[in-house]
Amino acid sequence: MRLLSSAVLIALLAVSPPGARDVRAEEGARIVSVGGDVTEILYAIGAGDRLIAVDTSSRYPAETRALPDVGYMRALSAEPILALAPDHIIAIEDAGPVGAIDILRQAGVRFTMIPDTPTVEGAIAKIEQTAAAAGLPDAGAALATETRRRVDAAIAKTPKSGRKPRAIFFLSVGRGGLLAGGRGTSADAIINLAGGENVAAAFTGYKPIEPEAMTAGDPEIIIVTDRTVKALGGVDVILTSPQFAGTTAARTGRLVAFDGQMLLGFGPRLGEAIEALTAALHPPRPE
Amino acid sequence: MTAFLDIATAPNAPTVSIQARMRQERRRAAATIAIAAALLVGGVLMGLGVGALPISPAEAASILLAKLGLPALTPFEARDDLVMTAIRAPRTILGVLAGGALAACGAALQGLFRNPLADPTLIGVSSGAALGAVTVIVLGGGVAAALPPVLAPSLLPLGAFCGGLIAIIAVYLIAQRDGGTDIATLLLAGVAITAISSAGIGLFIFISDDQQIRDINFWLLGSLSGANWRALLPAAALIIVGVCGILRQRRALDALSLGEADAHHLGFDPERVKRGLICCCALATGAAVALTGVIGFVGLITPHVVRLIAGPNHRMLLPTSILLGGALMLAADVGARVVVAPAELPIGIVTAAIGGPFFLWLLMRGRAFGGW
Repeated sequence: MRLLSSAVLIALLAVSPPGARDVRAEEGARIVSVGGDVTEILYAIGAGDRLIAVDTSSRYPAETRALPDVGYMRALSAEPILALAPDHIIAIEDAGPVGAIDILRQAGVRFTMIPDTPTVEGAIAKIEQTAAAAGLPDAGAALATETRRRVDAAIAKTPKSGRKPRAIFFLSVGRGGLLAGGRGTSADAIINLAGGENVAAAFTGYKPIEPEAMTAGDPEIIIVTDRTVKALGGVDVILTSPQFAGTTAARTGRLVAFDGQMLLGFGPRLGEAIEALTAALHPPRPE
Repeated sequence: MTAFLDIATAPNAPTVSIQARMRQERRRAAATIAIAAALLVGGVLMGLGVGALPISPAEAASILLAKLGLPALTPFEARDDLVMTAIRAPRTILGVLAGGALAACGAALQGLFRNPLADPTLIGVSSGAALGAVTVIVLGGGVAAALPPVLAPSLLPLGAFCGGLIAIIAVYLIAQRDGGTDIATLLLAGVAITAISSAGIGLFIFISDDQQIRDINFWLLGSLSGANWRALLPAAALIIVGVCGILRQRRALDALSLGEADAHHLGFDPERVKRGLICCCALATGAAVALTGVIGFVGLITPHVVRLIAGPNHRMLLPTSILLGGALMLAADVGARVVVAPAELPIGIVTAAIGGPFFLWLLMRGRAFGGW
């Protein structure tokens, strides 16, 4: 154990002399981005060319797919990440496991955790902190201002009075399982921001919803991601599946699909997401 | 005693050839153990030498020599030192121990139950451990936050170990009949406890969020990536105690293969043997699974492979299985680390993907289930 700690000390002294960090952060730092939102923000502030690897959830913009994939954000592996010789790992707060992160820090790699809260303020904070971590606070402030402007504009367009349309968000988890987004999920947050009522708000987290509860809640519109549509084999397959039978949404064929990262990421495209979902939830009434 | 057992397993063999046959078997046994040991050494060298960071054998050796206070062969980087000592070394040791423990328990339980399907999952240890781990993943957040940061990472292995132990104690107590342990009841109780644990896991999956579901999934597929010295030392002690306890029963297991009554006549107390073996298996697999998660196939297949090559004699089967189990685990782990680098595959996928087909190939090309 003492050998280990002395090794750690040597590593810290050798790899990261204090004071050298800020210089590297500003120019040419090799960044590993963990978390789709963080990656999206880094590209949006012009730090995309400094990324050397991303995690599995980083799928936007398309350039990320050419980068090495370090795996699922909660199952990171220290050695292969070290082999990429990163200067800085910027990760969303759920990244892990703790053991791997400890080793990366011990090896002298700068590690920044970005908090993640599915609210407008949370999105702004995420943008500002990610940009600050990348050494680009001005670009971050500009992106945060622009994001807030678009969010405010989108919220201004949501109907403030009248009945809220009943909506439900579904996430495909493979093997045909569909999980509804309950309270506390970013799906619930975006439905509320777009002026809808979440049918699945009776429970927290993503859970399978019981068919009778679905019939009773009677969603008027079903929201999914593009990947769910692809995974399940098309809009019609979902709408005609027995679990939606008897709902208004299935009868009227109202199912909307969005890019998952845009809709649920609470990043720079939050304004777009609110705007798109608002338009889907509140269609212009035919006269 | 040894000669008597060999006669008993081959009652029709003419007396003259027995000695020649025993000599031949002994040579075959020595060769098998030597090959298994060589494979394990190869596995250890791979575990220490292969990884995403290119560390040359000379550098790797220098780092290890420096740790022992010996002069280094070549200079090495501090980063490589960290990777060797904090990642590869504990991981390799965990692979040897966990693979050996699972294979030893598989061999012992197959012998004890006289059933080729037995492995540590059958008597409820793995599923109990899984329930313990899942409980910690889903409900342990608050407890972990209250613990000092040093102890928090130990909560998951501790939960898994306790879960495994509780499950096996329950199985054992249920199987007590008229002062003895009924093997058939033990098996069925294991199946029942596994079902109950699955129900518990299902319930926790239901109340967990999507992230916890991913964590649970990863744990259930196993990984050696959680290896670190702090967790390894107590687990290693438990595994070594358990495996040594199993090894001590090798003759008793041979005797038991003739049936409980015959074993009794040969001077073994079947009750004590059963109790001892189950305790040891619980300790060894409980400690291994606590650190690695559920890793299938190694415990089931390794003893079969050894039996196909070297026959059913437990004095051979147990040590060879331990060596080969460690080697298989390390080989699978290298695969897990390399295939999707810089990410990492859960090792349970690799053991199943390699172990399954390999086992089928062995079965189809040669003798059907050796010894069964």
